[in-house]
Amino acid sequence: MTDDKDVLRDVWFGRIPTCFTLYQDEITEREAEPYYLLLPRVSYLTLVTDKVKKHFQKVMRQEDISEMWFEYEGTPLKWHYPIGLLFDLLASSSALPWNIIVHFKSFPEKDLLHCPSKDAIEAHFMSCIKEADALKHKSQVINEMQKKDHKQLWMGLQNDRFDQFWAINRKLMEYPAEENGFRYIPFRIYQTTTERPFIQKLFRPVAVDGQLQTLGDLLREVCPSAVAPEDGEKKNQVMIHGIEPMLETPLQWLSEHLSYPDNFLHISVIPQPTD
Amino acid sequence: MPTSVLWAVDLFGRVYTLSTAGQYWELCRDTQLEFKRVSAATQCCWGIACDNQVYLYMCASDVSIRCREEAYENQRWNPMGGFCEKLLPSDRWAWSDVSGLQHRPLDGVALPSPHWEWESDWYVDENFGGEPTEKGGWTYAIDFPATYTRDKKWNSCVRRRKWIRYRRYKSRDAWAKIPSKDDVKDLPDPFNDLSVGGWEITEEPVGRLSVWAVSLQGKVWYREDVSHPNPEGSSWSLVDTPGEAVQISCGPHDLLWVTLWEGQALVREGINRNNPKGSSWSVVEPPGSENGIMHVSAGVSVVWAVTKDRKVWFRRGVNSHNPGGTSWIEMVGEMTMVNVGLNDQVWGIGAEERAVYFRQGVTPSELSGKTWKAIVAGRESDRSHTGSSSSLLSAGCFFGDEVKGNSESAPSDTDTTSEAERSGPEHSAPQEPLDSSRDHKDNSALGPETEGTAECILENTCPDVEGKEAAQASVTSEHPNLASAPAELPWTNIDLKEPRKVPSHSAAGFAETVGLSSLGLFPLGLDEPFGADDHPLWAWVSGGGCAVEAGSALKWFTVQSGLSPSVQTLSLSISPAQTAAWRKQIFQQLTERTKRELENFRHYEQAVEQSVWVKTGTLQWWCDWKPHKWVDVRVALEQFTGHDGARDSILFVYYIVHEEKKYFHVFLNEVTVLVPVLNEAKHSFALYTAERTRQRWPVRLAAATEQDMNDWLALLSLSCCESRKIHGRPSPQAIWSVTCKGDIFVSEPSSDLEAQDHLLPCDQMFWRQMGGHLRMVEANSRGVVWGIGYDHTAWVYTGGYGGGCFQGLASSTSNIYTQSDVKSICIYENQRWNPVTGYTSRGLPTDRYMWSDATGLQECTKASTKPPSLQWTWVSDWYVDFSVPGGTDQEGWQYASDFPASYHGYKTMKDFVRRRCWARKCKLVTNGPWLEVAPIALGDVSIIPESPESTDGDGRSHNIALWAVSDKGDVLCRLGVSELNPVGSSWLHIGTDQPFASVSIGACYQVWAVARDGSAFYRGSVSPSQPAGDCWYHIPSPPKQRLVQVSVGQTSVYALDENGNLWYRAGVTPSYPQGSSWEHVSNNVRKVSVGPLDQVWVIANKVQGTHGLSRGTVCRRTGVQPREPKGQGWDYGIGGGWDHISIRANATRASRNVSQEQKVPGPVSC
Repeated sequence: MTDDKDVLRDVWFGRIPTCFTLYQDEITEREAEPYYLLLPRVSYLTLVTDKVKKHFQKVMRQEDISEMWFEYEGTPLKWHYPIGLLFDLLASSSALPWNIIVHFKSFPEKDLLHCPSKDAIEAHFMSCIKEADALKHKSQVINEMQKKDHKQLWMGLQNDRFDQFWAINRKLMEYPAEENGFRYIPFRIYQTTTERPFIQKLFRPVAVDGQLQTLGDLLREVCPSAVAPEDGEKKNQVMIHGIEPMLETPLQWLSEHLSYPDNFLHISVIPQPTD
Repeated sequence: MPTSVLWAVDLFGRVYTLSTAGQYWELCRDTQLEFKRVSAATQCCWGIACDNQVYLYMCASDVSIRCREEAYENQRWNPMGGFCEKLLPSDRWAWSDVSGLQHRPLDGVALPSPHWEWESDWYVDENFGGEPTEKGGWTYAIDFPATYTRDKKWNSCVRRRKWIRYRRYKSRDAWAKIPSKDDVKDLPDPFNDLSVGGWEITEEPVGRLSVWAVSLQGKVWYREDVSHPNPEGSSWSLVDTPGEAVQISCGPHDLLWVTLWEGQALVREGINRNNPKGSSWSVVEPPGSENGIMHVSAGVSVVWAVTKDRKVWFRRGVNSHNPGGTSWIEMVGEMTMVNVGLNDQVWGIGAEERAVYFRQGVTPSELSGKTWKAIVAGRESDRSHTGSSSSLLSAGCFFGDEVKGNSESAPSDTDTTSEAERSGPEHSAPQEPLDSSRDHKDNSALGPETEGTAECILENTCPDVEGKEAAQASVTSEHPNLASAPAELPWTNIDLKEPRKVPSHSAAGFAETVGLSSLGLFPLGLDEPFGADDHPLWAWVSGGGCAVEAGSALKWFTVQSGLSPSVQTLSLSISPAQTAAWRKQIFQQLTERTKRELENFRHYEQAVEQSVWVKTGTLQWWCDWKPHKWVDVRVALEQFTGHDGARDSILFVYYIVHEEKKYFHVFLNEVTVLVPVLNEAKHSFALYTAERTRQRWPVRLAAATEQDMNDWLALLSLSCCESRKIHGRPSPQAIWSVTCKGDIFVSEPSSDLEAQDHLLPCDQMFWRQMGGHLRMVEANSRGVVWGIGYDHTAWVYTGGYGGGCFQGLASSTSNIYTQSDVKSICIYENQRWNPVTGYTSRGLPTDRYMWSDATGLQECTKASTKPPSLQWTWVSDWYVDFSVPGGTDQEGWQYASDFPASYHGYKTMKDFVRRRCWARKCKLVTNGPWLEVAPIALGDVSIIPESPESTDGDGRSHNIALWAVSDKGDVLCRLGVSELNPVGSSWLHIGTDQPFASVSIGACYQVWAVARDGSAFYRGSVSPSQPAGDCWYHIPSPPKQRLVQVSVGQTSVYALDENGNLWYRAGVTPSYPQGSSWEHVSNNVRKVSVGPLDQVWVIANKVQGTHGLSRGTVCRRTGVQPREPKGQGWDYGIGGGWDHISIRANATRASRNVSQEQKVPGPVSC
């Protein structure tokens, strides 16, 4: 029997083969070769693309280089979204590898946040974890941790060290024995079809009658358009980490096993491919 | 935690049980009777039914209660006819008891009660002191009475033989009426109250109970000779009391309290092991003079009481030396009764709403607990009584009887009255003020009329009606009094009904006014008022069989619905959540995703380079050379990942000796085992490599806190496993072992472990720890693993891994459960005799400590002796252990001529010293991949070894033979054990003529066993179709040796005697499986395990290493071959401190040519 622990590993070690190509209008001294890389799904673009930056900087003049940003099929890629989420949301139906265009000019100020250094990523990551724990445990767990534990979470992510990260993160996934789950489930639902960046509401893992809430219950309540009516045709895919969990899956279990390292369940709702 | 049940009686006399693991009251299976009292013990429940008879409910168990009847056939030799039944006139009876004084013909031996049945016919006992007798079981002597021998000599003039017949108690899971064959004159008048307890006073005979009862006339009775083999006891004997008793309560140990009609309590003094009935009474005054004591309940070291105003009181300072305690403390809450159960946990029945309350927060240090919490568990059988008019009618009869028996007035309308009453308040609910005035009036009317029979009414199921003031109390107590009761009880008709109903029953005789008025409204649909959400009204509760651990989670207090993922299912069948489609889909999709996104792109560069990760910390390290002490060290664990993704680690230990900085390092892929070494002072662990195993010289490290140690242990263990690519649950072939600390280790056998040549030395085996605490563990190659704890609890392996100190990643998410174990710590009190003062604690200067350990070398006083480690906590006080080998006198002393010597249980002229053993129980709570196999405690277990080839094909579905010996010595065979259901279904009890100690089943269903007297037995005709076999064959032990353990492999049979000698059974063939003789193999052996390849592994007693002697070392017999099954020498593995090993799952054959060689027929081919 496969253990639930294996899910954590599979989630952590999820990789997206990616081909980075320099934007055609960038000025280069010689031709820029595409750069191929396996990107960790659970990490952030600006955290894992040092090699990409180095690769393309070699062929460019120093004065043409400003902050690097990425784009896929015309959409600027938000570095503060986990990579897996960006891929699921924007590119899951396209062929692999994932073709990302690399820009060094015309930073899209209205679409993207600046990422001056790794500290910005760390700050964003830690604030997500804290927000998630506020929802799960009224911040009690994260506040009881020491500074070095916080650091270990971040270093675990940065260095892609599963053990290091989970040695601490497991404490964030615990809940009192007398409860049936967290206080609220930290989740965000993303849709490409709407202007709104994402849906986030308070949602408890256990209903008033004691029944465990499922993924379906969540979607029906906060994003009814995502689920097909009983007899209707399935119009959307509900995707987490590149898979489509059944709507019967208990939300608490999902939160414990399929959350990103920031402790949020990032759920993509994308139109069903036509083929 | 074992599941046990709380017993309770509702107002209609129906008996319910509530399991500690359950959420529903279950109606007692035998529903023919209504009860007014129940008093439970773990294995049974005594009760008084509405017919005023005493009944006993023995809980069903797979082990039958058997009792042996014996009779002796005596014969004398005469020259004419040889031995014949004609005896001399001065001789004993031809058929007699063992003394010869009592005539005992076989057909004159009768069953003691209708609840017994004969197991078989009479047969001759052929076992004489562990040795088989020659013919027909005859033993010979010169004359009666004399010493008998097996052999007939020239001067053997008489002979005798023993006939045996077993009777079996058959009334299990049913209420069995206790026969009252006593003399009519002495026969107690109808019983009014009853209490069982006293099971902790002594362990001999097994299952002894004190059963006390109070009759309607206020006399106290004691039931003689109640024990496990005689559950009904023999007779009632009267115990004089200085007053009229109304109620009685007997605690699990030596407390016995009685309430008197006048309101005082009586406390029995002088109850002890030799005198369970006690010797005298002392009086305890009630807390206040105006309100006498109405009800008491005694525990081990607490007494709770309820006074006539329904206030609850806690008696302070109660213990064995001062059973009366010191003072009363008033507690919150109003109850009609309270009951103290196991672990001094307390239950009560609310005075007003008749709910059962559980006292929360009762711990050994805070025996009075914190709050009352109502048990809201529903009744599974709600439907069964709602529509059942018969049970309602008989409930009416019950109350009718009460009136009849005492006032001689038998109103024929009591049935209707009580029925009408029950529905009455329901319909007159809105007239609330009127109702209360009615109650008031009724009760005041009751007062004078029932003076003479008040005791009966007091002891009615509704002790509320106590006269006027009591009634007023109940009427005026409309506002909730209970601290933990819901603050706002919705005053709806349902709730209203409850307080009303209580007095109305007790006043059944004259409630016509309301009864008639509501009679007209008597509903046709009786179901309505007793709908599913109706709260049961309780009359009596008994927790004497209910083991609630302090702080354990019970599901009694919430109405549960839905499936919680973390619910502990007590069956090992895979829970629905595990097999749920959603989970399968996630596993499957993740696999597909990985394949899709990674398969063709493996040559891509990783975005994040794997780096070295270092964990550092400070520990203490035992410096083995000068200065031989713990020194502070800095440690660093460097983990690095190779290009193949494999992980390896090095542990650096930096230390300073003589102001010189030094370090040493250990490659974790060379570490063979990490053993926690917890003692009362240090959290330390030992780290072995193959080399250090050979030298018996581990690296010892200690952490400052338990948490710190667990973190390091888990991290190091994980690193070791990663470097060896060991992950998840152990394989079915794994080798299991247990240390003397109860820690469990498992090793994956490599294919060359059992090779003929180039075999892997067993000091290179890698052991990893599993959570849990066991005394022994046994496995077979189909993944079935059973263990036995120090407290003899049986456990089955759940398929998980981790637990204990291995949390988080080192542990599986599911299949980890709480496990507890209890063991006794013993110290000795030593005394020397001197002519002036007799035995005193003043020894000679050369003597041992007057309080010492068993060897006498270490001083151990009661105050200084601590639990073995911080994981253990005391759960009892010090008590004298009477069950030490050699026997004791009545005070537990053992005598000897001098220290150290062999002790005996009686004093002789030559005995100048004596000692006695004091024991104290301590308990450990941990967790691990184990589930309890309730309820029978085990002493030994054996699972059939199977080679993998035998399980191919359709073989996978067949049941796995598992044999065990219970802690009482019963031999048991487990039915229904399979890979999917390793726990099996039930025990099949296999009768023996004496208690057994060890059992082992071989690959060809050869079952061997060892009895406690040291003799061996072979069980004939055991097969898959006849799992219990047919009969025992007595095998003589090796000369002058008492066997203690037996292990059977494919064909080899090995046995171990009490002096550490290992014996091989020679001459075993398929046609003669008993073999011919024992051949000595080795000494210095403590445990033996023979596997499916006939490989022989042992725990050696003492093994010499570079750095001293170690006790308890894993050893493998080398050179074992089909033609040489006894082998040639020993190969030493991990140790010391190892206690048990099971290699019976390892059927991994080395290589092809070796396995061919093994097919050469051995002594037995099956």
